[in-house]
Amino acid sequence: MMKRLNAFFKSLLLIELLQGMAVTGRYLFARKITVQFPEERTPMSPRFRGLHALRRYPNGEERCIACKLCEAVCPAMAIHIDMEERADGTRRTTRYDIDLTKCIFCGFCEESCPVDSIVETRIFDYHGEKRGDLYYTKPMLLAVGDKHEAQIARDRAADAKYR
Amino acid sequence: MEFLQSLLGPLWPLVWTLVKIVVIVGPLLLAVAYVTYAERKVIGYMQVRIGPNRVGPLGLLQPIADGVKLMMKEIIIPSGANKKLFLLGPVLAMAPALAAWAVVPFSPELVLANIDASLLYIMAITSMGVYGIVLAGWASNSKYPFLGAMRSAAQIVSYEIAMGFALVGVLMAAQSLNLVEIVNAQKGTTFFSWYWLPLFPMFVVYLVSSVAEINRAPFDVAEGESEIVGFHAEYSGMAFAVFFLAEYANMILVATLSSLLFLGGWLPLFDIAPFNWIPGFFWLMAKICFVLFLFLWFRATFPRYRYDQIMRLGWKVFIPVTLVWLLVVGGMMQTPLGYLFH
Amino acid sequence: MNAQMLIFYLFATILLFAAVRVVTARNPVHSALYLVLSFFTAAALWIMLQAEFLAIVLVLVYVGAVMVLFLFVVMMLDINYDTLREGFWSNLPFALTVAILMAAEMVVVLAGRDFWANGSGSVPTLHGPGYSNTKELGRLIYTEYVYPFEIASVILLVAIVAAIALTLRRRKDTKFQDPAAQIAVRRNDRLRIIPVAADTKLMKKPEDAPQSEQTS
Repeated sequence: MMKRLNAFFKSLLLIELLQGMAVTGRYLFARKITVQFPEERTPMSPRFRGLHALRRYPNGEERCIACKLCEAVCPAMAIHIDMEERADGTRRTTRYDIDLTKCIFCGFCEESCPVDSIVETRIFDYHGEKRGDLYYTKPMLLAVGDKHEAQIARDRAADAKYR
Repeated sequence: MEFLQSLLGPLWPLVWTLVKIVVIVGPLLLAVAYVTYAERKVIGYMQVRIGPNRVGPLGLLQPIADGVKLMMKEIIIPSGANKKLFLLGPVLAMAPALAAWAVVPFSPELVLANIDASLLYIMAITSMGVYGIVLAGWASNSKYPFLGAMRSAAQIVSYEIAMGFALVGVLMAAQSLNLVEIVNAQKGTTFFSWYWLPLFPMFVVYLVSSVAEINRAPFDVAEGESEIVGFHAEYSGMAFAVFFLAEYANMILVATLSSLLFLGGWLPLFDIAPFNWIPGFFWLMAKICFVLFLFLWFRATFPRYRYDQIMRLGWKVFIPVTLVWLLVVGGMMQTPLGYLFH
Repeated sequence: MNAQMLIFYLFATILLFAAVRVVTARNPVHSALYLVLSFFTAAALWIMLQAEFLAIVLVLVYVGAVMVLFLFVVMMLDINYDTLREGFWSNLPFALTVAILMAAEMVVVLAGRDFWANGSGSVPTLHGPGYSNTKELGRLIYTEYVYPFEIASVILLVAIVAAIALTLRRRKDTKFQDPAAQIAVRRNDRLRIIPVAADTKLMKKPEDAPQSEQTS
């Protein structure tokens, strides 16, 4: 009886609601944890899987040997590769396209690559303004790789001992 | 002014009233815009975020950017919709929200129309706001807006009763239906003479049911954006913006009413030297801001009520509470302690 | 014709138009909305007759509550407009007879001498600005007409109770939620925390506890 009376007055006097409001009221003055994105960035893992890039050897030769393992493993079927034999007898790609609208950024292509050619970089804030803009072709991917090679190489080195 | 008066002749009262209307509605719409900004900021702060801060200093131009965006957007009318009623919906939601301001006093003299039964007028006008929502839901010819409209119609009609009873308590205490006289009846030396204390249960009931009346969290099942999206699901562009404006204009209106009826309107906190130097208008504004902040605080704190619980709260809790307190007030007024309730 | 007459005729025209549309509109939702419009203009006319309390109550009760519920029902109906118009001509003579009878009765009442007995005609006495329609009505209702008023309210109350009693049926086999019981539930009623051996070990030395992030 006493318990029920207690519960009745507790609900009539809105005790629990006031407790809830006290919690939110406290957080009104709490330190804010917002990260001001373009100016501030959150720390990122070297394993981050962002925009793709094709890498080159230090002598400028592209790494990709058109083994098509990435094309085979890609679960979203976002990669397309054509290849030819060059005059010096090596096998190279003539076409290496990634449709980023299909890509699910699983990182399998990176895992499967025997020569560390296709990699995923830390870049995540890119965009396309037309329908075809996110269809990355070989020169575009190579350009990404050339531009960010230092960062890519550092990330591979940081992760090397776990591979 | 005299010159204008002679120039316009018999048309002068009409023009002068129009000017007064513009003077009230203009700042009101600006206030509406900045309540949306305040809402995003306050809720952001309570959620340990910082809210809008990109457009202009401290994000102060955000509401204007939102307005421009909504104005540029296309108003899409669904092909199965009843076109006339679809466009009438937002108008009917907005019109009562603005018309009610005709009788709201900002100080003993500052009132557009100081009519005798201004409290009744406000109740009558605000009770028409539900048509906008019901029509919008029905004319959209779509399931979820219709569900939202049905929910809102039932909710508003139910909570109007509890709200009406809470107001009956106020007018019993003030012995008047006129808002100016109601505020003047609360005059005393401190804020303890305002009606929130003797009519405390009614104050709480009024505050909560006014949140329900304007379809705001935690009673926003009419909108219910995580379940049915709500009565304005098919609206876009300016037509949607008008609903948005109406909701916030209503919010400011009920905040003003609760400050006038329960928090002493333009009366200062203490009727002594430093406090009563401040003009009454600013006291009223401070009280309105306080109540608006409470509304935002509610929204940041409470999860949405389940629909049947809303109905239970309205019919089985609030109406009995107000009825009991009406009896208490009526009874006490006959005893020597009656002065407490005047 | 002064401004007041002009406003009166404006409202009267709107009222008549809306009233006609209530009957002639095909869509019942439109009819209901025209009814709302006619109530509203009628309220405006009453205000012109200085019956502002009645006018506001008309808006508050009929426009604000009754018509909302009306619309509520009408909107839920799935109406076939063709069947609605069936039998118009066969019912017309009967309807006309009723309408003419009603009109005749009204003429008899309005033209009768009793209606104009106070000699002032349809023009109400004008009152000064301090006159409160609400106060006067309240005074009349609670002094002169207190018994009829109370009897009427008791009859209404009986009608409400009867309506509920007639439609309320308690079925034992239905399952429903009781929000009061639901919100009265406390954590301890439903949840029992049992100390487990592994847990007690963890509680003793929390710093030794393996952290799930590292084990994976």
